Amino acid sequence: MLIKELTEVPGIAGREAQVRSYIKDKLVGEDLGFSLDAMGNMYARHKAGDTPHVMLASHMDEVGFMVMGYDPGGLLKFAPVGGIDLRVVVGKKVYVGEDKVLGIVGAKPIHLQKKAEQNKPFSRQELFIDIGASSEEEAKRKAKIGDQITFATRTEYINEKVMKGKAFDDRAGCTAIIEILKSKPRINLTGAFTVQEEVGLRGAGVAASNVRPDLAIVLEGTTASDVPESPEHRYSTTMGQGPAITLMDRSFLANQHLNKRVAELAEKEGIRYQFRRTNIGGTDAGRIHLVEEGIPTIGLSLPCRYIHSPVSLLNMDDLQGMIDLVKTILEDIAEGGFPLGKNY
Amino acid sequence: MEKIIKKLTETYGPSGREDRIREVIKEEVSGLADEIRTDYLGNLIVLKKGTASEETRPVMLAAHMDEIGLMVTHIDKDGFLRFTNVGGVGPSRLVGARVVLPSGKKGVVFHEQLKELKELDLEKMYIDIGAENQDEARKHVTIGDIAIYDQPMVSLGNRLVAKAMDDRIGCAVLISALKELKNNHNDVYFVFTSQEEVGIRGARTSAYGLNPGLGIAVDVTMTGDTPEAKKMDVKLGGGAAIKVKDSSLITSPLVKDMMVEIAEKANIKYQLEVLARGGTDAGAIHLTREGVLAGCISIPCRYVHSPAEMVDLRDVEAAVALLGKILEEKIDF
Repeated sequence: MLIKELTEVPGIAGREAQVRSYIKDKLVGEDLGFSLDAMGNMYARHKAGDTPHVMLASHMDEVGFMVMGYDPGGLLKFAPVGGIDLRVVVGKKVYVGEDKVLGIVGAKPIHLQKKAEQNKPFSRQELFIDIGASSEEEAKRKAKIGDQITFATRTEYINEKVMKGKAFDDRAGCTAIIEILKSKPRINLTGAFTVQEEVGLRGAGVAASNVRPDLAIVLEGTTASDVPESPEHRYSTTMGQGPAITLMDRSFLANQHLNKRVAELAEKEGIRYQFRRTNIGGTDAGRIHLVEEGIPTIGLSLPCRYIHSPVSLLNMDDLQGMIDLVKTILEDIAEGGFPLGKNY
Repeated sequence: MEKIIKKLTETYGPSGREDRIREVIKEEVSGLADEIRTDYLGNLIVLKKGTASEETRPVMLAAHMDEIGLMVTHIDKDGFLRFTNVGGVGPSRLVGARVVLPSGKKGVVFHEQLKELKELDLEKMYIDIGAENQDEARKHVTIGDIAIYDQPMVSLGNRLVAKAMDDRIGCAVLISALKELKNNHNDVYFVFTSQEEVGIRGARTSAYGLNPGLGIAVDVTMTGDTPEAKKMDVKLGGGAAIKVKDSSLITSPLVKDMMVEIAEKANIKYQLEVLARGGTDAGAIHLTREGVLAGCISIPCRYVHSPAEMVDLRDVEAAVALLGKILEEKIDF
């Protein structure tokens, strides 16, 4: 299953090669033109004659860690790459490096902790990655400084609709692009699989400069705060209520005319949707819409509970809804109905 | 001048929703320009051709059209609206403030019961539009609508108070300068920019498109002339403020010194501005492409981002005069 395999591939920011080759493998034979830029963004180009050109963008990188050094006893020191809540990583299985050396995130066991220590979370200095090495030399053979560390979470259904896994942010978006490219829409389309989003939206601007599309649609994973102690008016999105149309975030204020049309199309086609109702966070849309003289951009995201942690939840109906909605938008553009020329 | 300031400050136009204010400005400048267009980000770009016979790079003037606002994120069952900020909105400035939605529906902002004032933050606040339930509220508002302060401009003599002086006063300066402009040497683009309050966005794309030889932003700045104010040597009535530095820009001495020289020669009242925190369109312009020389003429303004922003008409007139004199020069750095 595409989403399962794609989320299980390791790939932090700057280490997207395996994700990239997995995606390419899935698209080979689909009559697409592939290219790569200096940053590592991969483009899959679908041609459909004299139509507007749309770019779909999702980032390949996930949050994780990087090996920073060694302890004399063979433990690994590490640093987060992207925003991770360190309170939720202790005891989790991880893979280190390309060869996926298995390790765990370790910390002082409860017996040895003082009373005061038990009442506060571990700091990064108190945590380490343990790959079972018994000496610094052994650790150095198995893990190099700069190697990526990713969660070893398996992706699986926990009920008939909901999957648990890591990296739904944003391999779910990558999955959607793959499915949409395979459907061969009647429009010029570039799937842009971007790099280094989690460390500051770095790949997307470069991608947009290369592609210069008439419209960009960013497909993302986002926070779902429909959990206890979060009052309803603070929900960002709700899992199971469909893809979320971004109104604004720290990096991007959506174009009201484009958003209005997207909502109309969803209603017409009976696709469940919601708005992303918070202004926190940032996505590739923030970079893309400001490239050169400005690029019309839409942000769509999937609610992911417990995002940026070793295990998050995604509703497969939401993912299917996103794929259907994007296909509907593309068809509308092919029909000439979409307000492409319209400014804010 | 007062009339145009009143019209501009009272028009609806938060970030990303500049369509109405853009139309008002378009009307003001039509007939004065050689070309008027709008780009994707919603910037209004107005060209006044220069007299130069040789090839010159254009000058870009920027004043942002957008104002801060409150975006509706949730409508509860009783008809109260929850919101998030668009730009720098301080909770303390919102308590009891009157606001207006794009539909024209008015409302007031208030907060949940608090134990202490320091608990006040936007998540504990709501807009009350007088609706008795969710269905009634939905007739006037949808998720994503942006409310703005609802305040008419008032004149206090030399000083004017209004919402959105930041930066409709800059727009007024640009419009007045365009009206009075006769023999500009270089081509001048008067750009009424979008989305400044959310991160200086419109200036960035418009500057990329125009690739100017010099950029000048006209925006408001803080003052240090109120009781127990933070130390700052800018005051209302002290003249047009020539920016030396803020968090987005260190003005090139070439630009700053040119402005100072021209002001001295023409006997225009000016003051130098060092702003500890804050940025303007000039910050985005000067980092465009291979870099652009840029500066900023600021209008001193008290109570920035409140419903009662105060400026002094004499500073505004000085800014118009200074801008006019600069544009008469041959600009070729």
